[in-house]
Amino acid sequence: MARNITYREALNEALAQEMERDETVIVMGEDNAGGAGSPGEQDAWGGVLGVTKGLYHMFPGRVLDTPISESAFIGAAIGAATAGLRPVAELMFVDFMGVCFDQIYNQAAKFRYMFGGKAVTPVVIRTMYGAGLRAAAQHSQCLYPLFTHIPGLKVVLPATPYDAKGLLIQAIRDDDPVIFFEHKALYDLTGPVPEESYALPFGEANVVREGGDVTIVTLGRMVHTSLSAAEELARGGVQCEVIDLRTTSPLDEDTVLESVEGTGRLVVVDEAHPRCNIATDISALVARKAFGALRAPIEMVAAPHTPVPFSSALEDIYIPDAQRVVNAVKTVTGWSR
Amino acid sequence: MTDDRIVPVTMPKWGLSMQLGKVTSWIVAEGDEVGVGDELADIETEKITGTLEAADAGTVRRIVAGVGEDVPVSGTIALIAPAEVGDDALDDAVAQARAVIDAGVPDDADGVAEVQTADVGGRKISYAGAGTDGDVILLVHGYGGDRNSWLFLQEPLAAKYQVYALDLPGHGTSAKDVGDGTLGVLAEAVTGVLDALGAARAHLVGHSLGGAVALAVAAGDPGRIASLTLIAPAGFGADINVGYLRGFADAATRRELKPVLSQLFADESLVTRQLVDDLLAYKRLDGVDAALHALLDTLLDGDAQRADSAAPLAAIGDAVPVTVVWGGADRVIPAAQAEAVAGAVRHVIDGAGHMPHMERPSEVQAAIEETIARAG
Repeated sequence: MARNITYREALNEALAQEMERDETVIVMGEDNAGGAGSPGEQDAWGGVLGVTKGLYHMFPGRVLDTPISESAFIGAAIGAATAGLRPVAELMFVDFMGVCFDQIYNQAAKFRYMFGGKAVTPVVIRTMYGAGLRAAAQHSQCLYPLFTHIPGLKVVLPATPYDAKGLLIQAIRDDDPVIFFEHKALYDLTGPVPEESYALPFGEANVVREGGDVTIVTLGRMVHTSLSAAEELARGGVQCEVIDLRTTSPLDEDTVLESVEGTGRLVVVDEAHPRCNIATDISALVARKAFGALRAPIEMVAAPHTPVPFSSALEDIYIPDAQRVVNAVKTVTGWSR
Repeated sequence: MTDDRIVPVTMPKWGLSMQLGKVTSWIVAEGDEVGVGDELADIETEKITGTLEAADAGTVRRIVAGVGEDVPVSGTIALIAPAEVGDDALDDAVAQARAVIDAGVPDDADGVAEVQTADVGGRKISYAGAGTDGDVILLVHGYGGDRNSWLFLQEPLAAKYQVYALDLPGHGTSAKDVGDGTLGVLAEAVTGVLDALGAARAHLVGHSLGGAVALAVAAGDPGRIASLTLIAPAGFGADINVGYLRGFADAATRRELKPVLSQLFADESLVTRQLVDDLLAYKRLDGVDAALHALLDTLLDGDAQRADSAAPLAAIGDAVPVTVVWGGADRVIPAAQAEAVAGAVRHVIDGAGHMPHMERPSEVQAAIEETIARAG
């Protein structure tokens, strides 16, 4: 029975249901159980994001607080995964991932390959990304393109509460390392979510709006920005098809290509910096495999190639908004040789 | 006072949770003559797109609701009236209707219909009801369906009856465990819901697999079942579209599922993205895959039907009035099998597929009401 719950609650429910189903699932991270200033076992924080709240008492001994040492506890989670557990590690901000890159891209991502398929690494690293919370340059980046670049990692970015639950369950059941991106601005978003457990397959994009004039490919928080733009454009008679990639690795190429073959026009909307991001990746895909279908040059909407500003006025301008998407769509629909 | 010669065309309630709908296109224009059953407008809800048929004959004098405008359920969207009714009276009626539309959904409107649950043999069975008076009708969906399959029928029937629809084990929001998956397990769920309702007697309407289930229930306790309306029931011949059944059970993606679903309907445009997405979301719930495959063994023996509905039908004898409704263009179970339903009143609906209760609900409603009338 579906009821409306928040993105945060959907993630919590996914963790609880998987921990209930499979006792090898554990949760670990900074302040996941208690946290600084709390008496520890009181479960005061549930992580800085509040996602793991309540799990400590439901699953004694399986929700672990870690020191503020990302390289240590991400390494521990990856090691535990190779030894038979299914750890879900919470790395507060993706911006801090840098100190654990060896564990992630040189170890976890390589084990299955280098051990001839005999080793699996079923670890999930949940992390928060994106701008908009006045958290400045070191706590606001997107960085999912970095992980999408690395073979052996799966990269997931749910945009809705329904997807958040189903994709996190799939991430936990998956035998490969998964980097699970949660946008700060989405935690309070509500939507219908079944009470029952369910897994959404990776590599399946979601067509969140159908339309025949322009294809908008997007992901994460930008799905909602793109939908606002599509709604405004529809009032002017331009019908956009909005595709939420849901996972960047694996990537659902077919859904993107089939849509562009129908519309002949592509706008890619990505909150990450504009160089080597998902927008450039999708643009290259379409330029190579659907060139004949294109009736206008591809447009990309992305953040600027600068750090995320701390100034609230500048940060607001920095984040791609619906107006920029509308303008990009008008560029591709108005283009002529 | 509104002139009582003015007959309103109202926004229908398709599904117990529907509060708003919008006209996506008007098929008729002001001045058109319409007969009962004529198509008036295409209507879209959060869940489904359908065509509204005229419940009354006459001249469409005014169209009230614009295309794309949200209208609360039962709000007036057009007016039918004879030529003698003057413009002033019509303008008054339009103004009243506009006020209702502009007010939106009233705060005290029924929310999402209360879903009830019964514990039947350790399984949670979900069901939902509409209507407060009259005989009890229980609607039993088919393979892979759920209680929402009846969205075009449940509310209209509720004007005269207490109409319940359940989710069989393995379906909807009921428990996904189907045990050995036999008809007996499914029939037990139906009986369990009747018990929970305190219904000593009820009319059963069963579609496809649900038809075979309804027959099993009736054969087990004929005195409890007042009438049976079977829509494209399973078990009256060997032929069945195994490609459809296995395809439905095995489909894991939208691309795999959509062509399978198109075989359900005569009009394939009824297979909307929303329908495919809803079914995919259901199929991805834990336990559903196992349930659907277990039930496949109940439906199929090799490439033929396993269920034998003739035996329970014979066991019931003449005690219970039976009607069979079939879509003439059914591509899942051939309509010719209607001939094998001994002693039944038969309705074959030309141009409908395996889902006549969604494709031609008013004709199915008439068949159900006629069957109930025969029960006396």
